[in-house]
Amino acid sequence: MSVDLIIPIIMTLIPAATPILLAAQGELVAEKSGVLNLGIEGMMLTGAVITAAVMLITGNVWLAILCAALAASTAALIFGFLTLSLSANQVATGLALTILGTGFSALFGQPFTGKAVPLFKSPFPAELAADPFWRLFFGYSPLVYFSLAMVVLIWWFLQRTRPGLILRAVGESDISAHSIGYSVIGVRYLAVAFGGAMAGIAGACYPLMLTPQWVERLTSGRGWIALALVVFAAWRPFRLLAGAYFFGLVMTLEVYAKASGGGFRILPSEAWAALPYLATILVLVLISMRRSGSTSAPACLGKPFIPAT
Amino acid sequence: MRLKFEKRPEASTAMLYLTPVAAVLITMALGGVVFSLIGFDGFGAVREIFISPLVNAYKWQDLAVKAAPLVIIAVGLSIGYRANVWNIGAEGQYIVGALAGTGVALLTHQMSGFWILPAMMLAGVLGGMAWASIPAFLRTRLQVNEILTTLMLTYVAVYILNYLVFGPWKSPTSFGQPQTVLFSPSQSLPYLIAGTVVRWNALIAVVVVLVAWFVMTRSVFGFQIRVVGSAPQAARHGGFSADRTVWLALLAGGGLAGFAGILEAAGPFGHLIPQFPTNYGFTAIIVAFLGRLHPVGILIAGLVLALTFVGGEMAQTTIALPFPAVGVFQAMMLFLLLAGDFFVRYRLVRVKPKSETAPAAETSTEAA
Repeated sequence: MSVDLIIPIIMTLIPAATPILLAAQGELVAEKSGVLNLGIEGMMLTGAVITAAVMLITGNVWLAILCAALAASTAALIFGFLTLSLSANQVATGLALTILGTGFSALFGQPFTGKAVPLFKSPFPAELAADPFWRLFFGYSPLVYFSLAMVVLIWWFLQRTRPGLILRAVGESDISAHSIGYSVIGVRYLAVAFGGAMAGIAGACYPLMLTPQWVERLTSGRGWIALALVVFAAWRPFRLLAGAYFFGLVMTLEVYAKASGGGFRILPSEAWAALPYLATILVLVLISMRRSGSTSAPACLGKPFIPAT
Repeated sequence: MRLKFEKRPEASTAMLYLTPVAAVLITMALGGVVFSLIGFDGFGAVREIFISPLVNAYKWQDLAVKAAPLVIIAVGLSIGYRANVWNIGAEGQYIVGALAGTGVALLTHQMSGFWILPAMMLAGVLGGMAWASIPAFLRTRLQVNEILTTLMLTYVAVYILNYLVFGPWKSPTSFGQPQTVLFSPSQSLPYLIAGTVVRWNALIAVVVVLVAWFVMTRSVFGFQIRVVGSAPQAARHGGFSADRTVWLALLAGGGLAGFAGILEAAGPFGHLIPQFPTNYGFTAIIVAFLGRLHPVGILIAGLVLALTFVGGEMAQTTIALPFPAVGVFQAMMLFLLLAGDFFVRYRLVRVKPKSETAPAAETSTEAA
């Protein structure tokens, strides 16, 4: 394989992986606190449609990303209210959030469908991005650099800070955390809201650097792949990065298969399109085969916390 | 006087059945307000979606047409959900069921006979089961979570459908349109009542409900499902295999979804096209919950959700309400239902005044 081919593949792979990475980072933090939110897809769609709308109305990219994060975070808080305050079933409520996000985004997005959204381009000088080699480092949207910074930040927060320790304690043993005086529900609300904000920004990636427009069901199941990614990464931020880029590569193959034909013609284009979903299943199988017995999932994941009265 | 929530000693049966009704009514009220606030004719939308199809008798057949697949799929899903098996990929099983049945239809296209339609239906059920057996195998053998696998396989099923109707199964007489040949009369589901659009699947849905009701309440299988879901420890002691329950739950869910798929293909669609998946598999999740995972409840809930589809189509033309609004109403219903679950487990009680003045060590006034 020549450099001429590898560079464009990497340049496609990294942006394609970024929304999955961002959404998975948010979900990782929420799950570390013990909350399983299956609504990522719905929150991503909410973020995507809000971004497209704000961009088309105001043209301000920062405002668009902020609004996307806030809107998806609000959606996450609805989920939080039901599962944390009313101790509703997290699986069912997460599904409800995805259904709501899908419906809301389709409804709200109608006037904006198919309209070109200006790209959120590399912040570096154009000369740097012009050279094919330096483009590899400086040629991405700021959203890509943000996702990379978040890998380190989330790792540092969870492993090296006191609030991170409390968050993990809440996820591993809610009763102990409660008995030494931490607000289990409070911590989980914050984690869920953060997860929502990250999913919103993940959604913003589509109109701002990938598609670049709004269409119904824009994220086409990527939110669910993000969910699988957290399991794949065994709840570790750096493994999340590796996993996301692996999926980015699989999705890039699909793009190339559609565009070029050639050697890709051994399989029909639909098979290439189905590949990320099949790869997700395969990856889940591989993890569970490797992991014998104990799992690395937070001990309280998915279980409601009801303080004794 | 102060109020607080107190855990009920036992879940309230009255609340269990009242909350779905309340969820629908509150959705109508809240939906009206919310849609008005965001600039639509909110109460017009509620009237068109929830009332108009009921008062216009000619719309009743449409309700039956839309409710049938929802009910058949939701009955299957409810069996799994009762056993805590989260099959959310009914849409994929529905598609593969339709594909398997259509495969039989394409093989028998030049033939005629009463056996063809039953053979297609059988293939549909088996196709759905086969698709659901993948997550069942992965869950029981390799502990792979079925939520993700069932959903991922839905996307795969969509691509298989596209591949077939754009490729090998494309009708030679379709002028390049991606569609299979039209099913012959002996391959099409007959009308239940002449002169209407209601086909046999409406009656089949009712039969599925009755059979499921009988099986869930009167058979060991039903007992096993209920015990495994509500008391896994007791189920283990009772000798019920957890793995077998997962298999049964997924095969029942997949089989019924596949059945609904071929009934839909051989009924209203009459052939396969890329637009065949219409989200019935996902909407059926709401139907299952709104029906409280009970076959009869699901029959009623299926009609309510069918109402929103039929009404949503009407509202599109009468008050120019975009169709995705229906999805928002449906999600709202599910959210309110899940919130209502709180009242099944908790009740509002008045706190006795003395606990306010004299802090007793035993009682905490903190609301749960």
